[in-house]
Amino acid sequence: MADQAIARRNFMLAAGTAVAAGLAPPAEAQAVAPAPAAAPPAEPARAEPESWLTLTATEAAFVIAAVDTLIPADALSPSGSDCGVAAFIDRQLASAWGGGDKTYRSGPFHTGKPEQGYQLALTPRDYFTTGIAAANAWSRTTHGKEFDRLGGAERVAALQSWESGKAVFDRFSAKGFFERLLTMTMEGFFADPIYGGNRDKVAWKMIGFPGLPATYSNLVDEYHGKRYDAPPQSIADFS
Amino acid sequence: MVTRLKDVDAVMVGMGWTGPIIARELTKAGLNVVGLERGPDRDPAEEFVIPRLRDELRYVQRLELMQNNALDTVTFRNAPAETALPIRRFGAFLPGEGVGGTGIHWGALHWRYLPSDFRLRSALAERYGAKAIPAEMTIADWPISYDELEPYYDRFDKLCGVSGKAGNLRGARVDGGNPFEGPRSDEYPNRPIKSGLGPLMFSDAARQLGYHPFPAPVATSSAPYTNPEGMILGACEYCGFCNRTGCESNSKASANITVMPALRADPRFSLRTRAFVSRLIYDKAAKRVTGVAYTDMRTGEEFEQPAGLVVLSAFVFGNTQMMLLAGIGEPYDNRTGKGVVGKNYCYQFEAGADAFFEGKEFNPFIGAPGMGTIIDDFNGENFDHAGLGFFGGGYINCASGGAPPIGGRSLPHGTPRWGAEWKAATAKWYRSVTRFNTQGSVYAHRDNFLDLDPTYKDALGRPLPRMTYNGTDNDHAMSRFLVAKLEGVIKAMGPTHYDLHLRPRNFTVVPYQSTHNTGGTMMGADPRSSVVNRYLQAWGAHNLFVMGASVFPQQHGYNPTGTVGALAYWSANAITTQYLKKPGPLVHA
Repeated sequence: MADQAIARRNFMLAAGTAVAAGLAPPAEAQAVAPAPAAAPPAEPARAEPESWLTLTATEAAFVIAAVDTLIPADALSPSGSDCGVAAFIDRQLASAWGGGDKTYRSGPFHTGKPEQGYQLALTPRDYFTTGIAAANAWSRTTHGKEFDRLGGAERVAALQSWESGKAVFDRFSAKGFFERLLTMTMEGFFADPIYGGNRDKVAWKMIGFPGLPATYSNLVDEYHGKRYDAPPQSIADFS
Repeated sequence: MVTRLKDVDAVMVGMGWTGPIIARELTKAGLNVVGLERGPDRDPAEEFVIPRLRDELRYVQRLELMQNNALDTVTFRNAPAETALPIRRFGAFLPGEGVGGTGIHWGALHWRYLPSDFRLRSALAERYGAKAIPAEMTIADWPISYDELEPYYDRFDKLCGVSGKAGNLRGARVDGGNPFEGPRSDEYPNRPIKSGLGPLMFSDAARQLGYHPFPAPVATSSAPYTNPEGMILGACEYCGFCNRTGCESNSKASANITVMPALRADPRFSLRTRAFVSRLIYDKAAKRVTGVAYTDMRTGEEFEQPAGLVVLSAFVFGNTQMMLLAGIGEPYDNRTGKGVVGKNYCYQFEAGADAFFEGKEFNPFIGAPGMGTIIDDFNGENFDHAGLGFFGGGYINCASGGAPPIGGRSLPHGTPRWGAEWKAATAKWYRSVTRFNTQGSVYAHRDNFLDLDPTYKDALGRPLPRMTYNGTDNDHAMSRFLVAKLEGVIKAMGPTHYDLHLRPRNFTVVPYQSTHNTGGTMMGADPRSSVVNRYLQAWGAHNLFVMGASVFPQQHGYNPTGTVGALAYWSANAITTQYLKKPGPLVHA
């Protein structure tokens, strides 16, 4: 299949380009923090871009830690950031969508009922970065350090407490932020690799989604109850 | 400064599904027609092509084809006592924007309403007694019968190349189709599309239980097809990307492929895109509209387009907003029950289920929204409501609708949503789940309505439409009943596990549910109880015709587009054969 012939990227090869920029601890923590290389030992070297479109070093460190906890490396896939999910989030927040396009943004602003949906003036980018600051503030209060510097089990427990609403951030919804974080992580993991995540179509391989071109009229009847397998192809494979 | 343009014979406000249909019929009758569309042009040959179309993030998650809420939205509250807030980005429903409108990204389920649906209030009164209908249930008979509309249903079926199997041909029952449907004058233009494994299993189980399964009627042609306009539709590829996107194989019917090519070639028609109509210009004394005002969104210039005939062919919200702003018809007041514009806003009451079959291969990415099996045993008056405590119903559906990987994953309830356990469950279940849906009616309620918001405005400075809506006790009871029937069929299919998805008590604008909004400019037999007459002609302005689901008196247990298209042809016929010969009211109040 064309897939093998034009495979564009292999995350294992790219791992050698891992850089410290995205892993740098926040400035105020540097005096006492270990070197970036001392991130949790279970984490493999990362294939993150050297520069971010919108995330600061602190924000990038948070996002990498979060997506690696939501999508841990195992036999089914590499970690979230090794699949490009952190890069995806950075690019989405920098996109027109991240800047609040196609969104009604006139006031007055009121909290409203949950049934009335999102009612803040913050764009997705502003919402996300405000949420990171609130989550890190919570982490410092609760654990004495930023979220990305927590151990693996502590990170899992932290995310669970945001998800359940048990954790209370200062003037920001922990649960709301968690939902946005989870949604963007899943989008990055499963979207076409053209957006920076799902590197090497790893998520599509994991579930058996064939991608493009998706012309199945001659296969429908033959594959009732029989697994249809094809190496997935993405937009770039046809471009 | 407003530039006054030269007079035209007719102007369309909105070029979604109905605007192009009416424009085509009017140019055939010799009229010069202008189509105004606030969104962009959409040319399938440029836009709906591989690979760009197979982009779930862009189309499904980021809503590429949908209305731009930065310019315009709807405010929402559950009840009249609450303060409505703007829907800042659409979620529960997704009106489209641009040429083809919402008819580009639909799932293309293509239905007719039941004969009894058209005389709903009378049918319930006859069967259960007039007193059985609650006072707050403001349902109404349609001012048109199924038999009158049938030839126009047939016409729209043929325009779209609908695939399906008739169950009632000119009164004779036909095996394999829907035994409950009204008589059809002709078979479907195309054979049913292929089925998936889930729908086949559903069909067997439903038949065992004594129900009457049949293939879904869908406006995606199962084979290459040439429609009466001479347009060629392709055959469905079962790509699984139908919802929220265009169609690469030109099999899913839209105005863009079924009518627009003919219109574009017609010198009597001109299309103006990025032309955002701000108001109808109404001469109340003369009971006519003299034209429309619009802003060219490319330059900011304002224009007046005088026209002999104005066709309001926007979405439900825009149609109602335009009528309220122009003061055509009395605004509805829920406290007194008086007035008509904004009355009987209804939605679609959907609920559903997922069933998981360990080790079974459904290949869920192969599909189309209409690739399904339906039972219609519990729709409308197809069953006896005596003692049930509710009216209405809906069809029950098992479909292989496609499973794009961001939004098309289901897991058994209680599975973690992230982490290693989530990943293992996702890898295990993605291909082994099949999905079900119930398409429930919404019977009008006194406190569900549209009006103008007192606070929030759109980009042209106009008050936003305000929606006051909540699921009623009646509709919740109806939905629980449908889901219980569905559960019986699912159990008979023998899944490893299943989850039912009932609607929460309060309607919420957040998760997607259905784009089937109806009402606001309802049709009826007299101006005291309706906005437009049986020909969709406004009672308050004889040269104004209102298209689309905003004219429905209530919503029945089926997708609305089949009836929207049929009504457009019905109205066009009245305009060209009656109105143009003798302009004036077609029905005397």
